[in-house]
Amino acid sequence: MTKKEALYNYIIQTADNNLILGQRLSELCGHGPELEVDIGLTNIALDLIGHARSLYQYAAEIQNLGKDEDQLAFLRARHEYFNVLLVEQPNEDFAYTIARQFFFSVFNYLFYSELQNSNDSQLAAIAEKSLKEVAYHIRYSSEWMIRLGDGTDVSHKKMQVAVDDLWKYTAELYTMSEVDQLMLEEGIGIDLNKIKALYLAKVEEVMEEATLTIPTNGWTQKGGKEGQHTEHLGHILTEMQWMQRTYPNMKW
Amino acid sequence: MDNSNLHNLEEKFQAKIDAEIKIEPKDWMPEKYRKTLIRQISQHAHSEVVGMLPEGNWLTRAPSLNRKLILLAKIQDEGGHGLYLYSAAETLGISRDELVDQLLTGKAKYSSIFNYPSINWADIGAIGWLVDGAAIMNQVMLTRTSYGPYARAMVRICKEESFHQRQGYELLLTMSQGTDEQKEMVQDAFNRWWWPSLMMFGPSDKESTHSAQSMKWKIKRKSNDELRQAFVDATVPQAEFLGLTVPDDQLKWNEERNHYDFGPIDWDEFWSVVKGNGPCNRERLKARQKAHDEGAWVREAATAYAEKRRKRKAEKESTQVA
Ligand SMILES: [Fe+2]
Ligand SMILES: [Fe+2]
Repeated sequence: MTKKEALYNYIIQTADNNLILGQRLSELCGHGPELEVDIGLTNIALDLIGHARSLYQYAAEIQNLGKDEDQLAFLRARHEYFNVLLVEQPNEDFAYTIARQFFFSVFNYLFYSELQNSNDSQLAAIAEKSLKEVAYHIRYSSEWMIRLGDGTDVSHKKMQVAVDDLWKYTAELYTMSEVDQLMLEEGIGIDLNKIKALYLAKVEEVMEEATLTIPTNGWTQKGGKEGQHTEHLGHILTEMQWMQRTYPNMKW
Repeated sequence: MDNSNLHNLEEKFQAKIDAEIKIEPKDWMPEKYRKTLIRQISQHAHSEVVGMLPEGNWLTRAPSLNRKLILLAKIQDEGGHGLYLYSAAETLGISRDELVDQLLTGKAKYSSIFNYPSINWADIGAIGWLVDGAAIMNQVMLTRTSYGPYARAMVRICKEESFHQRQGYELLLTMSQGTDEQKEMVQDAFNRWWWPSLMMFGPSDKESTHSAQSMKWKIKRKSNDELRQAFVDATVPQAEFLGLTVPDDQLKWNEERNHYDFGPIDWDEFWSVVKGNGPCNRERLKARQKAHDEGAWVREAATAYAEKRRKRKAEKESTQVA
């Protein structure tokens, strides 16, 4: 892999994380447990897709094949999406939505905090710009983790089920892929090993306050960063790509 | 309170209205004024919330990142409008729980326009242009309504609605400059949303039961037919600019009246949708009911947690004092 290819993949991976999670949150718009939550989650979706958009624009520039942000976002094959498995997991119920958001937001915050120091000035700028919004995503999702974990017996149980189910996808967040390694060597990407301890510390802190326990079976699932996805991504793409695939080469 | 006393209060109330002094939550007001406002404001709030559904239907399929972002932001705005309006209704002494209950049991209505389906992507543009457009006609008038909290909520909402309308129109303009397939989508959407948009202004003045009193109390300042005519006059040239054919063969500029004449509205369809027999009435209410039911454990947990926190804080404070 050339440096240029690695950089493109690195930007795409980051963009895909944001887009796919934003897409998942969009499914819920208008169907939340209360109006304030509808507004809150839609706001997070807006932030994420907004960040994804800046990243796709930059990726298109690096790729330099005359493609635009939408061709990158909507017209790749399934195995060309490099998002982590966590973000494509479905909205089983509100507990899953919140656990997924919390696990991702903690990572995303640490990721952007480090990426601000990238020697790629574009990526550093995008990271810096996104960080304030991601700080709000952590606050929002932590508060719900705690409220639901330490709320009623029912909510505690549901929250624990969601955590048990989704925990296996969290290790992928801080596991270095080949692309991550190449980018680290170039001084562009971040050292995920460095944020692992911080990630676990923040998650444990919130989980403890939420009276929730972290599964200890050590089971992990990975592959998204290499384009190996769960069954869910194909369905997400079917819907997301539908207009672009059915009516190609049109302006919207 | 004896009758002469009540009569006196009513006279003073009307004098205030006539002098264009806003009525505020703590002021005395006739019971019927209060009830009319609760009905109208809550109906408006419910419309904002139910209106999120036909548009939300396209979020996951929006054809570009830019359009997806615009649509997300619009729907988020509509949710925000719902919140301000519920708060405005609450100042009249009714709780949000009661209001939501009235929606779910069918006791309260919402704008019938949202009982029509959003079938093709151009519908998103048509909703912004026509539905938000019709809403603005009504809402600009309501920024001067006699009840203070409602008028103030409207000022903020109106600004956002006109933004939505422009974005909807711009979406259609882009498509109408595109391929034949895109142009067909635009015309198809327009054909389906045109008449329901005209119905949004409500029954004609001859049939409208609430209008006269509402005008006297300056809750309303223009009649349904006046607003509808203003909407037609403003919208037809915009449709022509998009290259659209208005689905009304009686539509014609009337030089004498200085207005467009338009064909008769199908009031049977209007009343049938109001009564629950529109294409999506059941789906819309079912979706609201489902969100409400599935969210019950979340709301209960939030309440339980808030209570726990309050207790813990009180315990901490009492040990500190001791
Ligand atoms: Fe609105
Ligand atoms: Fe609007």
